[in-house]
Amino acid sequence: MGHRLRFTARKLARMVLLLLGVSLTAFLLMNASPLDPLQTNVGQAALGAMSPEQIARLEEYWGVNTPAAERYLRWLGDALRGDFGISLLYRQPVLEVIGQRLSNSLWLMASAWVLSGALGLALGVLAGTRRGRWPDRLVRGYCLVISSTPSFWLALLLLMVFSVWLGILPIGLAVPIGAEHAGVTLLQRLRHAILPALTLSVTGVANIALHTREKTADVMERDYILFARARGETAIVRRHVLRNVALPALTLQFASIGEIAGGSVLVEQVFSYPGLGQAAVSAGLGSDMPLLLGITVVTAAMVFGGNLAADLLYGVIDPRIRRGAAGT
Amino acid sequence: MKNRRGRALFLLLIAIGLLCAVTVAGGLLAGSAEFADFSRKNLPPCLAFPFGTDRMGRDMLARALAGLSLSIRIGAFTAVISGAVALLLGTASALLGGPVDAAISWVIDLVMGVPHILLIILISIACGKGTFGVVAGVALTHWPSLARLLRGEVLQLKQAPYIQMARRLGASWGRVLWGHFLPHLLPQFLTGMILQFPHAILHEASVTFLGFGLPPDQPAIGVILEESMAYLSTGRWWLALFPGLSLALTVALFALLGERLRLLLSPVRSQE
Repeated sequence: MGHRLRFTARKLARMVLLLLGVSLTAFLLMNASPLDPLQTNVGQAALGAMSPEQIARLEEYWGVNTPAAERYLRWLGDALRGDFGISLLYRQPVLEVIGQRLSNSLWLMASAWVLSGALGLALGVLAGTRRGRWPDRLVRGYCLVISSTPSFWLALLLLMVFSVWLGILPIGLAVPIGAEHAGVTLLQRLRHAILPALTLSVTGVANIALHTREKTADVMERDYILFARARGETAIVRRHVLRNVALPALTLQFASIGEIAGGSVLVEQVFSYPGLGQAAVSAGLGSDMPLLLGITVVTAAMVFGGNLAADLLYGVIDPRIRRGAAGT
Repeated sequence: MKNRRGRALFLLLIAIGLLCAVTVAGGLLAGSAEFADFSRKNLPPCLAFPFGTDRMGRDMLARALAGLSLSIRIGAFTAVISGAVALLLGTASALLGGPVDAAISWVIDLVMGVPHILLIILISIACGKGTFGVVAGVALTHWPSLARLLRGEVLQLKQAPYIQMARRLGASWGRVLWGHFLPHLLPQFLTGMILQFPHAILHEASVTFLGFGLPPDQPAIGVILEESMAYLSTGRWWLALFPGLSLALTVALFALLGERLRLLLSPVRSQE
């Protein structure tokens, strides 16, 4: 037990250090930006019409004159106490904005994560057990097509077919236009989330399917499979293949959280879905540095959390590691 | 064309030829991609304009080709840069070991911890957006996976008996690097780099689509698709369909090229 605890503690410490690194890198990148927040948000014409005092006040609001190191340390100190600052565009605390947006995005990302994982695993095993035959060719072809397709273009196509031509699904947003917050039903929310979730799931399949295929084909050539066949076993896939393939697939799936988060940025933009990704784009375009910094840190935390979960699950699921840990 | 290697080589050459043709054609068509003629605006696809025309009467075929050419050139440039970074950091990490290795591994974890799109957006903002921003962003985000792969390879090679033997026999490090490491690493490096092309191209288009990349006056695929969004609900499907499709085909061609090259360069399969 002590071994496992130490392992977890070491991983956690590394994760905290990485998060610090991410926040510092993101901060430095934003700080290096030559884009003037006043120019992008207020506009040249309006700036020209303003008095120097007004401009000075705006500069203070966007933090133009404070030194970078001081700003970062102040931000870090506040962030450790749970205060990520005020979003300049939404004029709300950053954590509140992120919370609202994340609750919208989490639906999408979770369903896409589960769907793409299950589908990818199934397709990978299917292709791997029938290597060289038509199911394999079909799956490989699908993976090539889908990994070559820009996800935002796929989103555009789906939007065109289902919302414009067939008119059976809404064209964007998370709730019907003009609906009151309290009056929105679960069904309406689901209908708005179908297309974005579908796009994200479909594009997420390729990676895991191809890896599982490799691994399955590898397992199928082992002696124990030959032996199982010789004994006349029928459930070879369930008993031998799945057990060996599930672990790497699980690791891969946890590692894919970053990709799904990245994909959601594009997909949410096409569907005008008010999620975290869309907020990141608006924050980037509008020089809302506190919000962009907050989103980067939160997203990185999700990615590192996923990796940590994979490391820990490995110990729980894999009997070899479990027994090895118990033995020491 | 008798065996698989012959076929692979044949397909490889065709893919390279096609991509070169698109690059050159796009470069030559840059003028007509910008040419606006309001007497022929919003035409659906027809014989004279197979991809249709947009709201300013610009030929979408020319625009798509010019965009692809731009994509391929940016993709090639960024993939080569990130490949070089990966080679440098990956081998340095494995050969120097110790604190250097720890530091480089940490940076790799760091870069992999932020989704590519988000990191490219951040770098692009740091460089003031525009062409330079997106090129820097894509070039600086794609190296970690290849660097990790090369690091693993070099670590393994360092322990390999024949390398140890060469050292004991008095071969200098330079000779070992040149004579033993390079022939082993080159195929891995080349295929790894070419397999980065598709990612680089897709990410460039995505970031441009979001508004952090190439400026709107360039006929980039991301710009074209971003413009097409406004006409989706009015049924001008050709504005989005063909440019996106041609981008997907280009990316698939690069992916196939990488796969075939891997098949050709892999010593395990040299007898097929």
